[in-house]
Amino acid sequence: MFDFTSVIPSIPYILEGIGITLQIVIFATIIGVVLGILLALCKIGTIWPLKWFAEFYTSIFRGTPLVLQLMIMYYAMPQILGFNIEVMPAAIIAFGLNSAAYISEIIRAGINAVDKGQQEAAKALGIPYAKMMRDIILPQAMKNIMPSLMNEFITLNKESAIVTVIGALDIMRRAYVVGGATFRYLEPLLIAGVIYYVMTLVLTFLGKMIEKRMRRSD
Amino acid sequence: MIKVENLHKTYGKNEVLKGISTEIKEKEVIAVIGPSGSGKSTFLRCINRLEEPTSGDITVDGTVITEKNVMKVRENLGMVFQHFHLFPHKTVLENLIYAPVKVKGISKEEAIKEAENLLEKVGLLEKRDEYPNRLSGGQKQRVAIARALAMNPTVMLFDEPTSALDPEMVKEVLAVMKDLAESGMTMIIVTHEMGFAKEVADRILFLEDGKLVEDSTPEEFFTSPKSERAKEFLDKVL
Ligand SMILES: Nc1ncnc2c1ncn2[C@@H]1O[C@H](COP(=O)(O)OP(=O)(O)OP(=O)(O)O)[C@@H](O)[C@H]1O
Ligand SMILES: [Mg+2]
Repeated sequence: MFDFTSVIPSIPYILEGIGITLQIVIFATIIGVVLGILLALCKIGTIWPLKWFAEFYTSIFRGTPLVLQLMIMYYAMPQILGFNIEVMPAAIIAFGLNSAAYISEIIRAGINAVDKGQQEAAKALGIPYAKMMRDIILPQAMKNIMPSLMNEFITLNKESAIVTVIGALDIMRRAYVVGGATFRYLEPLLIAGVIYYVMTLVLTFLGKMIEKRMRRSD
Repeated sequence: MIKVENLHKTYGKNEVLKGISTEIKEKEVIAVIGPSGSGKSTFLRCINRLEEPTSGDITVDGTVITEKNVMKVRENLGMVFQHFHLFPHKTVLENLIYAPVKVKGISKEEAIKEAENLLEKVGLLEKRDEYPNRLSGGQKQRVAIARALAMNPTVMLFDEPTSALDPEMVKEVLAVMKDLAESGMTMIIVTHEMGFAKEVADRILFLEDGKLVEDSTPEEFFTSPKSERAKEFLDKVL
């Protein structure tokens, strides 16, 4: 049933997909975190148009399939923009915008979990809102946020496999291509599975390390 | 120095402050006393606008506090909370210098020098580089007092600064506050420490059900309170 001999020469090719997958996931997470912080600040703020927008944004991106968002970004956006988007930017932007919705909820919860007394103390010292958020509240919220953020990162790493539908040459796509070329799908797909699983284990381990470091000031 | 005129505060339908007027002069030490829920904290928090008054004016150093100037006025009003609220991710020294450097724009070297002076005063210079959660409650509160003083305020507000402390730590905090009073700081202290109020305060404000029932010297208040309410209260606590 198993015959890895015909796939072995293709393993390096599949492994190269790790770079593509990580590129998508890392850049998407950066977009997600930056945008997520902004959205979270809008949600906890008192300016209602911003609040409304942030809530609406979140509900749209959480309420529709990621695959749809990805396809709109790659296949439909050129119709609006008047130029084509490359596969990688499309994947990174779609995943970034999507994870911003989830990350903003994580960050909002993290900020709300910081003792209200911290804001009062900052106010009483005359510290302006932006500085208070940046230097007092967010650094403390980060501790609550980090575990969930790491989870989101790991989920994104696995979910990124759907970029295969727009033809990005990630781990998943490469395994599929090798399967098509050798007419044996089982072995390359198993190899892809092992790669994703090992990546998840490594990321989980890294996450634990980061959490440990952050807990030092306790 | 501080003038409170007809201060009202309502939460929903609950009228918590029912028209309080008083004046606090420079270097005066005021103890605010009253039963739980009488509005002491609310009164204090309206002074530095942690609560927005429903109506009434508060004047500090001749300027009426408004939404616009509140940030500036707060720099002159130090506040100490029951639960300290030190910044846990910053060391003791960083807690002290953050606001002077980032809000007042004082140079870091100068802020550090001043912070070390203050830590020396509250007896915690050797804790300079510790994180707050390595300190005892009494030490935390002394750091919190030093942090408020680092902004060089003209008035210090205290909201039950010793209520969250173990009994053996109350003394060290009260000692710091007494020093501060003797150095001429204007202070408004919400407290349940009757002995301390008697010894250190120049005036006692007795609040009951959102009203300023009594405004008198400690001698008058503790020996011959004018109101029935104050008498009952003193019978209970003394
Ligand atoms: N944010 C708030 N929202 C609604 N009600 C409040 C709020 N803060 C205080 N209150 C109410 O206002 C009243 C006065 O509260 P306050 O904290 O000023 O009393 P206090 O004299 O400081 O009491 P204590 O000695 O227990 O600290 C209480 O009945 C309280 O329930
Ligand atoms: Mg109170």
